[in-house]
Amino acid sequence: VCIHRVRSCSSIRFIKSKYVCVFDKSALKFSHQQRLFRTSAVSCGQIVQFKLSDIGEGITEVTVKEWYVKEGDSVSQFDSICEVQSDKASVTITSRYDGIIRKLHYSIDDTAFVGKPLVDIEIDASKGVASEEDVVETPPMSHEEHTHQEIKGHKTLATPAVRRLAMENNIKLSEIVGTGKDNRILKEDILNYLAKQTGAILPPSPKAEIVPPLQKTEAVPAAPKDKARKIPVPVSRPVAFSGKDRTEPVTGFQKAMVKTMSAALKIPHFGYSDEVDLTQLVQLREELKPLAEMRGVKLSFMPFFIKAASLGLLQYPILNASLDENCQNVTYKASHNIGVAMDTEQGLIVPNVKNVQVCSVFDIAVELNRLQSLGSAGQLGTSDLTGGTFTLSNIGTIGGTYAKPVILPPEVAIGALGKIQVLPRFNGKGEVFKAQIMNVSWSADHRIIDGATMARFSNLWKSYLENPASMLLDLK
Amino acid sequence: MVLQSLKNCLWLSCVLRTPKACFWSTASGGLIIQSVSNDVYQNLAVEDWIHDHMDLEKQHVLFLWRNSPAVVIGRHQNPWQECNLRLLRQKNIKLARRRSGGGTVYHDLGNINLTFFTTRKKYERMENLKLIVKALKALRPQLDVHVTDRYDILLDRQYKISGTAAKLGRTSAYHHCTLLCNADKFVLSSVLKSPYKGLKSNATPSVPALVKNLFEEDPSLTSEILLDAIAKEYAVQHQMDHHITLINPADETLFPGISNKTKELQTWEWVYGKTPKFSISTCLNMAYKDSVLDVKVNMDVKHGRIEVCNIDLPEQWLPPGLSSELVKGLTGSKFCPNETTTLVTTLLRVCPQDDELHSRWNLLCENMISLM
Repeated sequence: VCIHRVRSCSSIRFIKSKYVCVFDKSALKFSHQQRLFRTSAVSCGQIVQFKLSDIGEGITEVTVKEWYVKEGDSVSQFDSICEVQSDKASVTITSRYDGIIRKLHYSIDDTAFVGKPLVDIEIDASKGVASEEDVVETPPMSHEEHTHQEIKGHKTLATPAVRRLAMENNIKLSEIVGTGKDNRILKEDILNYLAKQTGAILPPSPKAEIVPPLQKTEAVPAAPKDKARKIPVPVSRPVAFSGKDRTEPVTGFQKAMVKTMSAALKIPHFGYSDEVDLTQLVQLREELKPLAEMRGVKLSFMPFFIKAASLGLLQYPILNASLDENCQNVTYKASHNIGVAMDTEQGLIVPNVKNVQVCSVFDIAVELNRLQSLGSAGQLGTSDLTGGTFTLSNIGTIGGTYAKPVILPPEVAIGALGKIQVLPRFNGKGEVFKAQIMNVSWSADHRIIDGATMARFSNLWKSYLENPASMLLDLK
Repeated sequence: MVLQSLKNCLWLSCVLRTPKACFWSTASGGLIIQSVSNDVYQNLAVEDWIHDHMDLEKQHVLFLWRNSPAVVIGRHQNPWQECNLRLLRQKNIKLARRRSGGGTVYHDLGNINLTFFTTRKKYERMENLKLIVKALKALRPQLDVHVTDRYDILLDRQYKISGTAAKLGRTSAYHHCTLLCNADKFVLSSVLKSPYKGLKSNATPSVPALVKNLFEEDPSLTSEILLDAIAKEYAVQHQMDHHITLINPADETLFPGISNKTKELQTWEWVYGKTPKFSISTCLNMAYKDSVLDVKVNMDVKHGRIEVCNIDLPEQWLPPGLSSELVKGLTGSKFCPNETTTLVTTLLRVCPQDDELHSRWNLLCENMISLM
């Protein structure tokens, strides 16, 4: 039985047994410090039934609504254990003890009774309930944090006065790094911590340097006292890095991305890039922006890019097509439903503007405004997100010049637009002038689209944008 | 006590930096504060902050606040059960989950919120409500208002003008309540009616009640007048200055760490994810071409995510691979129209491009999304 106990006792026993021997009067009979099973057999704690305390207003029963702990978890005094509800009041029950949860007496939605046991907590025989006689240690908050502290040989030591100060200010001792001997938490440490909380500035204390927990587990070297006095650098977690990997299931938006991109992988992509001189378009947009604003619409460059793409697709309809699964048939789509990649908080979505071939630049701007506001509110409907035939991604609004966009099935082409940069270029007379240059990177499905087609489409699109007046000739 | 004055010292050093903070260091008695913000999340964050950080041993606090249109559900409630989420989204009405228990309420600027902060030992809801009734009667003696044993305040013995909720922590507690001055009753009744059918849940249900605005009883009453009257009565009962201090919930120097609390209250995980486990068992009546299809849907939702999903479609209505893809995709996803829309539209990309198939798929998905 003893040996079984040894294994099931968490490593907290190990540290405690070493420590117990040094400090606790009641454990003086143990002269050896090292032997785990000998000392831990006695120091395995007693089970205390933590009863539900009085809620007030004469209430005798409550409903358990949420557990914050489960059996086997370590808790410290004042940690939240569960949430109960009674008659419109939600009550957070906190632990009176440090220890390990051994039993939860109720399930969610059960009725719990005031005065009856709520949880069983195993506390150490060597400690009482918040005893203030000896210098006692505070067990760490969780198993993982504890394991880290065990490795580092770090224990949280504090005098009763300091513990009281921490308790009154609702501070968990494990959150504070002690600067005293053996990393003991001193009053100054609490005050420094409080000062950071309230923003007040306190004069630097003598042992001001915050020393991270030491690597060695043998004799703890004294904190450097004789170095230059420095005001502690405020860090949010002064303890050494204890980052943990975090695994989450892939759901929702991410799952959608996985699906799309896995399908896109089947498409043999080829890329084609070019630069476009938008100097004239920039000027044109400056002139038209106030007109659009008067009509209550924000005019960006996208409506021009989209309309130019549609005009190009009229000449090269294969870029607005779809290849069936067996690569047997190519469907030339009649509508130019041009998708616009949008970045939202949750991830990438691609709503599309329907029937661009019959829309004016202004119509497109109106529709884009609508899609953008729905997109940021997370309220895009299925019809807005389906039926796309061709996509433009304006990654340049975030940054970048060249890109290698991935085609969104069942489409066969996509364009990524870089940011507009002011660069020196030569004009027809050989003079250098300031040009507004944007790079475009196309990707296309090489199964049905060849490089020449892509290049010619790109040239046409580019010519419309470099000389916006030429769009007028072909506008339908 | 030495430690107490130490704390005051720290607050005082705040004072020297920001004059606004001077009221924190009042030695004892009471404190009346009013929020300058109408953002429900910011104001709820103030409650959290005071509950977690203020020492209420020496002083009690009365917090006065009003919100722009929002629906506030209790800690353990189910928003799908309590309100018309579709309507909320359409009308841009915020949804918030508070930390106290109780039922769902609708806030707008015509409703005032009062929070009474005390130590856990001094928690006493009846006293607070009686204080409000006393203030109202002092203002307009002819008002027929009284407190029920359910901690409601009724007008004319039948109309609810105030609802109550409370939060108790280890050392501090707060009791807050609403007071209907001039709220939009039409919007109130439409948003608080849930259209969602087939929900089975152990979440705290709200008890619907007939409501009335104090303004309807006496058009001379405004929110400001009522706030002032209640503050005055509070001041009298706590023997303190009738002085209301304005506070800005966005002020980090006054409330260090409050922006994190505000952020947390707005996360999906808090607002929707804290919904107690529930199940949906319903039948979609889908009108397709000339017939109506009855599609049974069963879902279990835990932490706001779909744990289990069953859709009973007529055989071969959709290619079998596709319907199982839909179920697989929904499982583990948030019970949320936005996330579901993204998922279903994406799934459409990788299935055969067939108009008939697409229209069936869209019909099914639109119906599924309408459940959320």
